Amino acid sequence: MSEELDDLYQQVIMDHSKSPRNFGKIEGFTHHAEGYNPLCGDHFGVDLILKDGVVVDVKFNGAGCAISTSSASLMTEAVRGRPTAEAEALFERMHALVTDRPDPGGPDLGKLEAFAGVRNFPMRVKCATLAWHAFHAALNGAAEPVSTE
Amino acid sequence: MNFDVERERARFPALHQQVWNKPLTWLDSAATTQKPDVVIDAEAAFYREDNANVHRGVHALSARATQKFEAGRDKIAKFLGAAESREIVLLRGTTEAVNLVANTWGTANVKAGDEIAISGMEHHSNIVPWQMLCQRTGATLRVLPYDDRGVLDLDAARTIIGPKTKLVGCVHVSNALGTVNPVRDLAALAHAQGAVMLVDGAQATAHVPVDVVGMDIDFYAMSGHKVYAPTGIGALYGKAKLLEAMPPWQGGGDMIRSVTFEKTLYAAIPAKFEAGTPNVAGVIALGVALDYLGSLDREAMYAHEDDVLAYGTERLLEIPGLRMVGTAPQKVGVLSFVIDGVHPHDLGTILDRHGIAIRTGHHCAQPVMAHFKIPATARASLGLYNTRADIDRLIDGLLAAIKVLR
Repeated sequence: MSEELDDLYQQVIMDHSKSPRNFGKIEGFTHHAEGYNPLCGDHFGVDLILKDGVVVDVKFNGAGCAISTSSASLMTEAVRGRPTAEAEALFERMHALVTDRPDPGGPDLGKLEAFAGVRNFPMRVKCATLAWHAFHAALNGAAEPVSTE
Repeated sequence: MNFDVERERARFPALHQQVWNKPLTWLDSAATTQKPDVVIDAEAAFYREDNANVHRGVHALSARATQKFEAGRDKIAKFLGAAESREIVLLRGTTEAVNLVANTWGTANVKAGDEIAISGMEHHSNIVPWQMLCQRTGATLRVLPYDDRGVLDLDAARTIIGPKTKLVGCVHVSNALGTVNPVRDLAALAHAQGAVMLVDGAQATAHVPVDVVGMDIDFYAMSGHKVYAPTGIGALYGKAKLLEAMPPWQGGGDMIRSVTFEKTLYAAIPAKFEAGTPNVAGVIALGVALDYLGSLDREAMYAHEDDVLAYGTERLLEIPGLRMVGTAPQKVGVLSFVIDGVHPHDLGTILDRHGIAIRTGHHCAQPVMAHFKIPATARASLGLYNTRADIDRLIDGLLAAIKVLR
């Protein structure tokens, strides 16, 4: 097994893919959006409760590959309790990480560092960012499902 | 004659390379086939020696290019079993061929209240053009069902194909399931109701004999790149009578008899549907690919492919938690499957690092995925050059992937 594969499918990613956290729906969400990758069929819904500009609760539902599922799961942990601007800044940082662009700085990535290995798999960047795109769309009130294409 | 797979493998240069430091195992021929050296050489030779526009100049190169181009058309006609070469319209591929029929024949013949019947296992390219036609005309799209093996339900088709039906569309071989469909029987049902029969042959031409006259098919669409020829070239076969009655599609050069600002007279078939400079090198190379297939013992080649398919099915079923998607008794070229707890996309990535190319996803057949209630499958697909050893490498790769992912 190549080192790059080990990097991609590391323990934290496999753990969150097999046992996703915050999986489900929120009754009475204040914000919601869906993310869809038409190339592979991965589809996630993201429900949010925003209060005074803070993400007080977040859940996701749907189905996807190990990378997209674990990314959605880790995202919910990373953004819960954060002000929306900080959560968006985290997405920027995460996006730079997986696309191998210069780090824009911002909130500490924490466990999201696990996705650094995605940069060696350009075909999988969309998997790692699908739930984040949906989260971003939910914050910005997108009515239509967002697509990675 | 017989079929020597190692000798033929040697003729496909792209197969002989390392990917991620592993020998390439190409199991994605349903997406596109690799090309034999004679096809690659033919494409290059055209540009080195014969490059000129066709049907135009009086000079030597144009004459030569035109002669080779039209010889390509003749070879396609013969390969498909057409009665005449003028029944072959040269296009970009299957998608363009279906769109041509929907836009010309469809616009002229389909009106509100009519029905178009297509099988439930169509590729998007044989769904969307008909939906668009139905939206334009007010016609209704009907779907012919199939069972959980991927076998078309002919009894249901008999009740759906009726007096309102104007066209029946069906994929000859399903790209997602591998099913070989009874297109001859469907054509008989269509004709009994006065409808025409269109067959999407993209996935079939490499794996089963095609005889449009024997099967009594009205329109047959094919793509060169699925049959060992370059991308960007394909053909529509249409019965001459139908093609002659159809209005033209795209306007431009080569499709006219005379043009004034008052009136344009259109050329005879097939030129009427071939506006603009065609893919000359592509047509010539497609002809060479068909010559190449013609030089092989096709029956022995089909038998070889059947053997690898059967072996692949048997070995895949050894993997715990694996389920085949598409188990029709009449099946060629495709091993679609899902594995419990493992997403196809992750399999694809890990197999790639083992040098193994498969397709993962919905295969542009989302209704098929919906039928089986799955978002995607992993699909290993075969060409004439695949061997049992390729299957063994696939199985080893899958076992390694499962170790990581489960």
